[in-house]
Amino acid sequence: MSERDGLRIGVYVCHCGTNIAGTVDVRAVAESAAALPGVAVSRDYKYMCSDPGQDLIRQDIQKFGLNRIVVAACSPHLHEHTFRTATRTGGLNEFYFQMVNIREQDSWVHEHKGAATRKAIDLVRAAARRVARHRALEKSRTPIHPAVLVVGGGIAGIHAALTLANAGKHVYLVEREPSIGGHMAKFDKTFPTLDCAACILTPKMSAVKNHPNITLWTYSEVTAVEGYIGNYKATIARRPRYIDEDLCAGCLECIDACVFRQAKVPDEFNEDLSRRKPIYVPFPQAVPLVPVIDPEACIEFHSHKCKKTCVTACGERHAVNLRAEEKLERIDIGSIVLATGFRAYDARRSANYGYGVYPNVYTALEVERLINASGPTAGEVVLRDGRTPQTVGIVHCVGSRDENTNRWCSRVCCMYSLKLAHLVKERTGAEVFNFYIDMRTPGKGFEEFYQKLLSERVHFVRGRVAEVTDWALDSSEEGRLVIRVEDTLAGLFRRIPVDMVILSTGLEPQPDAGDVRRLFNISSSPEGFFLERHPKLAPVNTFTEGVLLAGCCQGPKDIPDTVAQAGAAAAEALALIDAGSVETDPNTAYVMEEACSGCKTCVPLCPYHAISFAQAARKAEINQALCKGCGTCVAACPSSSIGQNLFEDDEIFEESEGLLAYA
Amino acid sequence: MKPYGYFPGCSLRGTGAGYEYSLLALFRVLDLPVEEIQDWNCCGATSYMSIDEESAFVLSARNLALAQKAGCKDLLAPCSACYLVLRKTQDYVARYPKIGSHVQESLRAAGLPPLNGVRVRHPLEVLYSDVGLERIRSRVVRPWRGGRVACYYGCQLVRPYDEVDRAHNPTRMDELLAAIGAPTVDYPLKTLCCGGALTGTMHPIGVRMNYILLKEAVRKGAQAVVTVCPLCQYNLDAHQAEIRRKTGTTIDMPVFFFTQLLGWALGADPESLGLKRAISGRKSIAQWFAKESAEADAYV
Repeated sequence: MSERDGLRIGVYVCHCGTNIAGTVDVRAVAESAAALPGVAVSRDYKYMCSDPGQDLIRQDIQKFGLNRIVVAACSPHLHEHTFRTATRTGGLNEFYFQMVNIREQDSWVHEHKGAATRKAIDLVRAAARRVARHRALEKSRTPIHPAVLVVGGGIAGIHAALTLANAGKHVYLVEREPSIGGHMAKFDKTFPTLDCAACILTPKMSAVKNHPNITLWTYSEVTAVEGYIGNYKATIARRPRYIDEDLCAGCLECIDACVFRQAKVPDEFNEDLSRRKPIYVPFPQAVPLVPVIDPEACIEFHSHKCKKTCVTACGERHAVNLRAEEKLERIDIGSIVLATGFRAYDARRSANYGYGVYPNVYTALEVERLINASGPTAGEVVLRDGRTPQTVGIVHCVGSRDENTNRWCSRVCCMYSLKLAHLVKERTGAEVFNFYIDMRTPGKGFEEFYQKLLSERVHFVRGRVAEVTDWALDSSEEGRLVIRVEDTLAGLFRRIPVDMVILSTGLEPQPDAGDVRRLFNISSSPEGFFLERHPKLAPVNTFTEGVLLAGCCQGPKDIPDTVAQAGAAAAEALALIDAGSVETDPNTAYVMEEACSGCKTCVPLCPYHAISFAQAARKAEINQALCKGCGTCVAACPSSSIGQNLFEDDEIFEESEGLLAYA
Repeated sequence: MKPYGYFPGCSLRGTGAGYEYSLLALFRVLDLPVEEIQDWNCCGATSYMSIDEESAFVLSARNLALAQKAGCKDLLAPCSACYLVLRKTQDYVARYPKIGSHVQESLRAAGLPPLNGVRVRHPLEVLYSDVGLERIRSRVVRPWRGGRVACYYGCQLVRPYDEVDRAHNPTRMDELLAAIGAPTVDYPLKTLCCGGALTGTMHPIGVRMNYILLKEAVRKGAQAVVTVCPLCQYNLDAHQAEIRRKTGTTIDMPVFFFTQLLGWALGADPESLGLKRAISGRKSIAQWFAKESAEADAYV
């Protein structure tokens, strides 16, 4: 459309308070736009996203007979929808609109006002040229499948699954380990209330097990995901546990009967502090309470000469099946909640703290297990040689806030260190030292808990520990571990001999977070935690519609925050399901049949399998429901016979020329 | 095979001569050709660095440029201080344009090529990576029958550049010595400062640091300390009589270069290892090296 054809563009330049106007001369941008061909009205306004701002667009459409709208403001991620709606309610097709980002891509990243203003003028000119070519398009609606896949059975996944199931939706909960429960199941107490972790977690675990709306698959992993919001298809590989979940009664007699009299395999659940048998349940409250056979350790899988006493012990039930194989489940779901959690920092990487070298250096998770009544020592805090420690040093920020390892604060370590200090002192009467950089206690009841610890005469030394060594300077240090630290409050270098060192290790992304990220087609921040769509306003959404985040896979957080986020993710999924369908942008590709030569170049290139070849017509066909608008086929077509809505060639060319036409 | 360029530095021609003797002997036994850089000068030295950084970088870069001119790809720097200064020069020239242009200009004025990527390497890492534990083990002709040793790496070799070994817990010397059958002890002070130049400038403080290291080695059950650096070796070796006098202890232990033990085990001529230059622990040296060879006394 040209001026002669009656093109009437309205241009609106937003101040965004001083966010834009502080760096860009918005008045000059609006004045420059007014002189562009086809522009009927050009204005600047303090907040275009406000109601009066939107009304301005609606009124101008009526008053000046506008037929195209350009708004120069923030990122389309934030307000494209707002202004498209204003365009539509003003009486125009909402795609007769183009947004220009002069905030994130201009005022926020430049300092020179003159240059930033020139850039804004260029960007607005490009948009005005582009919008003239826009076509009227219609949005389509996609139905939402009402089932939800929750990946990860820690407290985040458990809470999200229960919330959804209680609302009557079907949930598939997939957990990689033999039992749900995650890290929380390993804890004895939780901070700052010191309530028993098992007492609050296990009811939720059994609720998952018994809920009619939850399909629980443990020892399983998602291996493939395809589709789009509302219509995902996932494949779940269920590793064989060699005990049939449907037949097993949970009597555990097979474990007693195992030919291994002594438990010899390092017990992962107890952080390798104890041993388990090749056939085992990870912990007494495991859900499901069905044993699993570890084929690495079981002699039947190596020599085939085992007496198979487990099979005999099971008797008539025939639940033990040593020939079980991996099973694949294929499911349809509408949305996905990722709750894949974290891994604890490997303390060996901080070699100066002697973990793995000195036996009495422990990680916090190991001490959690020592303190736990169902742990390897039945709740006794004792050293590896059985002695009770008289002095204990807790080293904060191991693998956190450290240029050499991980730069982020892991958020939970200060508080769990305080909890461990309290519990260790309570169990052993030991003298306890905390070595901290800063005490970070910004949660409900957290600071009060810190004060309580101070009054319990736990020592606090401010300073990052230089090293843990067994280098003794005198007889008082002989046979003990020495913590060397600069006490920055006393202004002293100190050597503090202790019997036990606890390393408060930080939280890291799971080692395979990168694979999970690719599988679900989402983004992650540089350190590997999954990226939320907006850090403040869309903290559980991702940039992939219908994929939601909960818990520590998005970043370190404590149990209350994890549960809150899991609830929010469940609510987002419910909102999708209850809406029944979702509007999708018509930015799909289409084949111009008369030009298509049927060369099939595009067919294998489509990452979403949206292109098929119509044998009868000998033309390519694009399924509009599957197309994600990536543009790969458009670029690849040798005869230029694929177009894409919202990204038509002439639109792009006009935009480029507008950008390059230095007026 | 292309010879390794060799930058001895001043120490290996002075107090650390035993290092040079044993290093060259060991490389001969392993058929690794070594070619000394002609007309080399001071490495730039940590002490010069602290007074006039720019000139020190140029001094250091001249050696790198000479090595390049000679066609070397790898430049051996056995002294930890030389290794660190040469490595630092490369790093700073690449990282800081101001230092880089000053250095390259100075090299041009001297008719030398601009710096581009000769690899500065320490013999510990060369033996570990280029030769490998397997080959060392297979070449042993005199398995170690001496005492338990503490492997001491010093402060400069693995920090801040951790290309030779891990920065906080280096283990490659331990592994190499284990390969010739030498029992090593866990030595937590393996990267603590030996006292460095303080034994010259603030003598009592320097010697106290020597003492801390030796005492801990004794406590861990070591009968000798093995080093990779001429200054560490000198400090720990030369001050033991003074330490005995001041502390009333009886410390008298050999302080070896790792190349001496490896050279011995792989069959280098015992006379070529510089063992005669040892100051402390001569009794142990005589005993350990005599076990294999009747003439060993002659070398001590």
